[in-house]
Amino acid sequence: MSEAKEYKYIGQRSIRPDGYDKVTGRAAYGADMSLPGMVWGKILRSPHAHANIKSIDTSRAEALQGVLAVATFADFPAQKGASKDLATNILANDKALYHGHAIVGLAATTADIAERALELIDVVYEVLTPVMDIRDAIKADAPLIDEKLMTVGLAEAPTSASNVAARQEFKKGDVEAGFAEADVIVEREYYTPTIHQGYIEPHACTVSYDEAGQSMIWCCTQGHFDVRAQTAGILGMSLSKLKVIASEIGGGFGGKTTIYLEPVALVLSRKAGRPVKMVMNRDEVLKATGPGSASRNWIKVGAKKDGTITAMQAKLYYEAGAFKDSPMMMGCMTAFTPYDVDNMYLEGYDVLVNKPKVAAYRAPGAPQAEYAAEMAVSELANKLGIDQIDLRIQNAAKEGTQTVYGPKLKAVGLVECLEAVKNSPQYKAPLKAGQGRGVASGFWFNIGGQSSVVLNMTPDGTGILVEGSPDIGGSRASMQLMVAEEMGMEPALFRPIIGDTENLAFSQGTGGSRTTFATGMACIEAAQDVIRQLKERAAAVWNVTPDQVEWAEGVAINTAGDDKLTCAQICKGAERTGGQISGRGNINARGAGPSFAVHLCDVEVDKETGKVDVLRYTAAQDAGKAIHPSYVEGQLQGGAVQGIGWALNEEYVYNEDGLLQNTGFLDYRIPLASDLPMIDAIIIEVPNSFHPFGVRGVGESGIIPPLAACGMAVSEAIDIQIVDLPCSPPNVLKVIQENS
Amino acid sequence: MPIGLPVGLNEPYAEMSWLATMRTNGVTMPKFILQVNQTTHTIDAEADMPLLWALRDLLSLVGTKYGCGIGQCGACTVHLAGKSVRSCLLTVKDAEKLPITTIEALAQEQNLHPLQQAWINQDVAQCGYCQTGQIMTAAALLTENPQPTDDDIDQAMAGNYCRCGTYPRIKSAIKEASALISQNIQILVPPEGDLA
Repeated sequence: MSEAKEYKYIGQRSIRPDGYDKVTGRAAYGADMSLPGMVWGKILRSPHAHANIKSIDTSRAEALQGVLAVATFADFPAQKGASKDLATNILANDKALYHGHAIVGLAATTADIAERALELIDVVYEVLTPVMDIRDAIKADAPLIDEKLMTVGLAEAPTSASNVAARQEFKKGDVEAGFAEADVIVEREYYTPTIHQGYIEPHACTVSYDEAGQSMIWCCTQGHFDVRAQTAGILGMSLSKLKVIASEIGGGFGGKTTIYLEPVALVLSRKAGRPVKMVMNRDEVLKATGPGSASRNWIKVGAKKDGTITAMQAKLYYEAGAFKDSPMMMGCMTAFTPYDVDNMYLEGYDVLVNKPKVAAYRAPGAPQAEYAAEMAVSELANKLGIDQIDLRIQNAAKEGTQTVYGPKLKAVGLVECLEAVKNSPQYKAPLKAGQGRGVASGFWFNIGGQSSVVLNMTPDGTGILVEGSPDIGGSRASMQLMVAEEMGMEPALFRPIIGDTENLAFSQGTGGSRTTFATGMACIEAAQDVIRQLKERAAAVWNVTPDQVEWAEGVAINTAGDDKLTCAQICKGAERTGGQISGRGNINARGAGPSFAVHLCDVEVDKETGKVDVLRYTAAQDAGKAIHPSYVEGQLQGGAVQGIGWALNEEYVYNEDGLLQNTGFLDYRIPLASDLPMIDAIIIEVPNSFHPFGVRGVGESGIIPPLAACGMAVSEAIDIQIVDLPCSPPNVLKVIQENS
Repeated sequence: MPIGLPVGLNEPYAEMSWLATMRTNGVTMPKFILQVNQTTHTIDAEADMPLLWALRDLLSLVGTKYGCGIGQCGACTVHLAGKSVRSCLLTVKDAEKLPITTIEALAQEQNLHPLQQAWINQDVAQCGYCQTGQIMTAAALLTENPQPTDDDIDQAMAGNYCRCGTYPRIKSAIKEASALISQNIQILVPPEGDLA
């Protein structure tokens, strides 16, 4: 098992293979590709939140010199299944469903001409009443966003359409009996706003259509094989006729797991007969991509005087945007999972509103529900007079805990994280008047899934590691370290590259904190395949059987004699022993280990202005085994920073007509360096027995605890229980004034 | 990297550059002289074209990034006469004839700028997109103030967003670079002209 093992390379803070490119401007991102003859595509977007599209007339735009093509929904072949919602989000069909919904695509010889041409497109709208909030959307007489939407998951099949796409429930034990046993109960409804992933790099692609052979998409994405599947699905193309190259990616956080531009760009390229480049601006990114679900979550938790939590209940409402499929189910599955409590009952509702179709955002669905649950648990601790960390340790999920969604937990590091935070210098630091402290746990499953890797050895004994997971946070370095460890050779001898959809078999995208776990396992398997071949070649040279050859420290050893051959020697002679050497690891990884996180936040609140300053912050998380500690710390800190932004500042602001008011970084304000203290990262290592090195994913859990850690810290600083996020200056001031 | 070219092209590619297209369309653009990375370029552009797009689309210097277009995020930071500026807010007319340095010229003759080396050593980047702008802002800071305090760093870097949250490492990398400089390791920045 990993803890007993000494590693030579993994656990080192190696220099990332693409470090030089990332500091010299050479790394090529989504908008950095140009092709000969390329023209520019732009999108006309809806100025209304909810409207019937009566007609679209592009004739004036098409008459403008330099305009080469237009594309509307009618250019997509008939859509069915999951493809239909995606296609209708990419170009509106008969209804504009949110402010910024794409209506027409257009290509012109320059970006400037394309923009001017958009103004010449005549769209006749019949404006409808927008539905902008869960409370309004679930009313019986609410305007319908999709007139055919029938709620699934109800006990009795509905007889009429509504804005509620689905209901789900999860239960274990008997919550009524549990609450009957409780001495103290906390019950509240909490709100989290619509927020955006906020990647600095806007969506961008450069495409080239070729009906005779191979069409090509270059784009920034978390999963280029998914871009291929989604685009080919919408356009009715064969997968093998569409090549997708993943550029470097300038942040995604879940928001680049879906597509917006690519099918439009390909239609425009087909019609114009030229390569087409499309790049969103910030306004478009905020209006029409991303956002994470807003939620209204009711929580009830009860405990005995001794701190035993006896029952936990939740009713969760998540906004899906204009198309079904919010991460409501993930909210249900994660909300109470940090607790080993016998009685739980959760209901979730997936609700349509006239906002952009929500996309995954780092542990999608978990921060909203766990915010509500953790706020309630902290309040429960206060009512019981028990330390917030002690109450969590007393009721903590651990190996063998039955989850509400099915399996029992294997070994997990929640108690270790709680104890690490309790022992941190921050927890011992005294607080002054006007300051507050909050602690919260976070749970995320992590996923495994399909990864394909090829390790091509060169005649000089170095290797090209071709993997299919776009490197969003330094994963090339982790892959390199794992292969080096397996091969017993220096990391720098292996060059990791992200292969395109033609170089590799299908690989799932970078998401679900799966890359270091699953693609890492595929890398290890490819390395083992290479070692097997190296041993066979050495055996052939020595005229022994392969099982008489051992592999250690990058050298084949003849156990039947005293011969040795290095990897470089075997590769150099490969031509004479059967041809070149190439290893393969095509896997569907099972056994992703959940990663628990515990954060501690100290704030000071200015009661005159409502401004919250974060004074100190500690983030502990179970990494299983940190392959590259710098990048693990980076994920812990990055998750914390995004969660702090969610807790304290970020929210979509819509006016009464459903038009988004803050479509730029000036008023959708993400955390800056000057807003933050040092984030102390504590890596806990409780190995995941399903990974050869014990790895758990670390990318997502870190965004979950900050919402309640900040929310509770603010509550304590002002001595008023916060329920609604964000704790922005106007909101905090309002809470203070309402309670004074 | 071989890329499938579109069918239906009936003109030689040479005739299809941005400029050629504009000429085909009968649009006449004014000429501007930009001094970028010690090379003089004459570009045809509208006077109000942001410098960012001139650098990226006309001069193919794509290391400078677009993030917001309103001078908030700092991804487009370049040096104008040695000062860090937001190239998305500056027009080509404003930038004309002044020495401009982009990330592509921060390293000189194979020698990385101490900041670039420190950035690599400290594993600063996660996605890396904002980092060229971060480095350009930090480089201007160190030119002006080779030994910045924490507050100096916070103040100078306050206008550079990083959604990956690499701020703690950015600060340590600036300190490492500052130490490299104090050990008389020369900062290799291109000589800047006067603000004439």
